[in-house]
Amino acid sequence: MIRLLFTIAAGMLLGGIVHLVSVLALPRIATQDAYSRLAPVTKLNAVTSLPQADPGNAPLPFMDPAFAVAVCRYDLTQGPIKLTVPVSQAYTSVSFYTRNEVAYYAINDRSAGRKVIELDLMTEAQHAELPEDEDVTAADRLIIDAPTAAGLIVLKALAPEPGLMPQARATLAASSCKVQTEPTPAKR
Amino acid sequence: MRLIFITLLALMLATVVGLGATWMTATRGTDLGTLTIGAWTARPKTGTADIDPYSRASIARSGELPVGTGDGVAFSATSDDRKRPLDGRCDVVVSGVTPAARFWTLTLYDSKGRLVANSLQRYGFTSQEVVRSADGSFEVRVAARSRAGNWLPTGGIERYALVLRLYDTPVGVATRTQRDAPMPSIATVGCS
Repeated sequence: MIRLLFTIAAGMLLGGIVHLVSVLALPRIATQDAYSRLAPVTKLNAVTSLPQADPGNAPLPFMDPAFAVAVCRYDLTQGPIKLTVPVSQAYTSVSFYTRNEVAYYAINDRSAGRKVIELDLMTEAQHAELPEDEDVTAADRLIIDAPTAAGLIVLKALAPEPGLMPQARATLAASSCKVQTEPTPAKR
Repeated sequence: MRLIFITLLALMLATVVGLGATWMTATRGTDLGTLTIGAWTARPKTGTADIDPYSRASIARSGELPVGTGDGVAFSATSDDRKRPLDGRCDVVVSGVTPAARFWTLTLYDSKGRLVANSLQRYGFTSQEVVRSADGSFEVRVAARSRAGNWLPTGGIERYALVLRLYDTPVGVATRTQRDAPMPSIATVGCS
């Protein structure tokens, strides 16, 4: 009897460990996560417009149908990424996700405060390598440190009415996301 | 012989308990860091780098992308104010006001997060589309058949979820109560 109770207690304790390990491991082993779903349909280090979400096919679950969405799947190993997104009439936002869908940064058109959202995305190591004089001008170029080398940038433009969707999509089509092969130092 | 049996039993129990608990938390979610206002729940922390492991697991499993905190916050509801599950065959009224935000959208999804097909191709409302009364409040009728005013079709599916997303809003990690974020009420008014 005591032995059976001991077995159950040991099983529960081990079960707790299995539970914790599997919860922590799930984001790494998931094959149907957002990044894996988007990887086959998006270009690397370039902006890809996602098709409009409709009942028949949606690239991801729980997408907001009022938004035009484009994705830049990035890999920073070749160099920092420069992102330029023109602001649409209604509302535009840019969100950054790691390979495992952690939303580490998001900005909207109002907080960017300009007609065009311009951002530089780089790893912390690349940021540290920036020449000193570049850092002086950092005030007007927004530099974002990526926690991981790979991930997703999601660009969204709101169509407040269905009729405005073509405009929202056109805004995103004009955006760009590309690797800066040379970190063009500001010489004077 | 007996020792082997006991060890096997313990290991089997461990697997069932451990993976079962993981499956439960990844599909149903946990109350960790949840903000509940009326029938609506949000997890503002899922849009930040300090997302908890349970939310990470459920996001990885469902395949969605959480709304980033600098972008907005998403509230979802699967039952009405009286805890009755939202039924697509019933008439449900979502009415009242929303928290301060530059824009909001209200969208209807099935339990897997897909939009529900309908002849109007109406999957939700944006704050600009919705017809309001003079005092600025609105009333959306969620029903299977056509209704006057703001009609959101359910397609007659049994269970659905409503998601209210606020964009460019002060509502977020610091929000606690209805006073900070007045959410619309959800009431089932009748079933056909």
